[in-house]
Amino acid sequence: MEFLKLWLLDLKDVFVLCFVNDNRWEWLLEGFINSIIITVLAIIIGLFFGIVLATIRSSYDKNEETLKLRGGIGYVLLKFLNGVSKVYITVIRGIPVVVQLMIWYFVILVSQDSDIVVAVVAFGFNSAAYVAEIFRGGIMSIDNGQFEAGRSLGFNYVQTMIHIVIPQTIKATLPTLLNEVIALLKETSVAGYVGIMDLTKAGDLIRGRTFEAFMPLIAVAVIYLITVIVLTKVFSVIERRLRHNER
Amino acid sequence: MNDNIIQVKDLKKHYAGGGVKALDGVTVDIKRGEVVVIIGPSGSGKSTLLRSLNLLELPTAGQILFNDVNITDKKVNINIHRQKMGMVFQHFNLFANMNILKNMTIAPTSLLKKSKADAEKRALELLDRVGLKDRAGAYPSQLSGGQKQRVAIVRSLAMNPEVMLFDEPTSALDPEMVGEVLDVMKDLAKQGMTMIVVTHEMGFAKEVADRVIFMDEGIIAEEGTPDEIFNHPNTDRLKTFLSKVLI
Repeated sequence: MEFLKLWLLDLKDVFVLCFVNDNRWEWLLEGFINSIIITVLAIIIGLFFGIVLATIRSSYDKNEETLKLRGGIGYVLLKFLNGVSKVYITVIRGIPVVVQLMIWYFVILVSQDSDIVVAVVAFGFNSAAYVAEIFRGGIMSIDNGQFEAGRSLGFNYVQTMIHIVIPQTIKATLPTLLNEVIALLKETSVAGYVGIMDLTKAGDLIRGRTFEAFMPLIAVAVIYLITVIVLTKVFSVIERRLRHNER
Repeated sequence: MNDNIIQVKDLKKHYAGGGVKALDGVTVDIKRGEVVVIIGPSGSGKSTLLRSLNLLELPTAGQILFNDVNITDKKVNINIHRQKMGMVFQHFNLFANMNILKNMTIAPTSLLKKSKADAEKRALELLDRVGLKDRAGAYPSQLSGGQKQRVAIVRSLAMNPEVMLFDEPTSALDPEMVGEVLDVMKDLAKQGMTMIVVTHEMGFAKEVADRVIFMDEGIIAEEGTPDEIFNHPNTDRLKTFLSKVLI
């Protein structure tokens, strides 16, 4: 009994040392906010460019025959864009995200003052490559009849994509996109490599300052875990609502 | 203006570098208000011909004149002309992500710049005509095959087309639902709509068609009034075909 009491008292002291003294909980809060900002902005960039890349890739794959027949600048342009997209996806997926982050930080965007902006760009363009492949699979899985019906009514290619194909693709790929969001949130934990105060870095700073490893690292782990659980919940609500539409 | 709404001149569609000749020189005129039924064995090119008329299939050679405009010309904006050519597919192809009303109003509001209220009023009138006004809020997956096809027909009519193309509209239906769809088509024919119908419903062809075209191996093997085609076939190929389909 006595032992347990002492242990609890000790735990309380460590808690105070790690989070209350010097208002160190604020570090965790700041780190958490930075992690969320980077994740949210990066996923917006990733979704946008990912969808563009996926549209280019699938347009080329689906219409190569027809375009060849029509010939002209359209075919050449799409073939070129498809090539560029392919190279982009290959390069991005072939390099660890932390290396990409350091290249952006120390080579490409050296003059950029805001570290957060660099991280958003690095993680966003990294995520785009993954979203592109998720989305391309989604587009290819939509029945071509949906597309033909749109075209037969007089919608042009882009309108058909926007009104008919992409909304259905988003719904079909939602579970896989959630996976990408979760992966991205956790990948941002390497932002500390370029001196950004993200959640992981905040926990590590507390560890360095207090020489207590257990408490701050467990706290960081729990915050990530809760965030992922909340994200999963939000996505499943969206998914249910979208599916409800079709019943 | 020319009496012919559509003129097809020596249309060819070759696949696999000329190895497969889906269409091997088809010439045909369609008059305004005419109901033309295309019959023929599978693989004879009848669907390819129909799908070429609004360029869902790009012909390899030949011309298609729609209202005296050569729509196979690369400089022609096909989307404008497609608005005037309704198309009904074998597999309905209702937009899965939209309810019935939205399926019917999306094209008129986005392409013809109709107000939402006008488009919805017109859509409900059309749905009433096919007995589905009470299903306006339903999603495609909630309808039976026959209901879906009736919606697909009026969805095309909502664009006020000058010609309606039907690509085996009853082939994917359960037998008891074929009648309801054919009734809608008969109504449409009575109202003077120009219709081109690919079908295996010989009864429909006999009753409604002004002209029947028999296709075989990528060419028009024989054409004439229903009486000529069904009661006085000239070619052996047509005789063989009829002996198989008219039991």
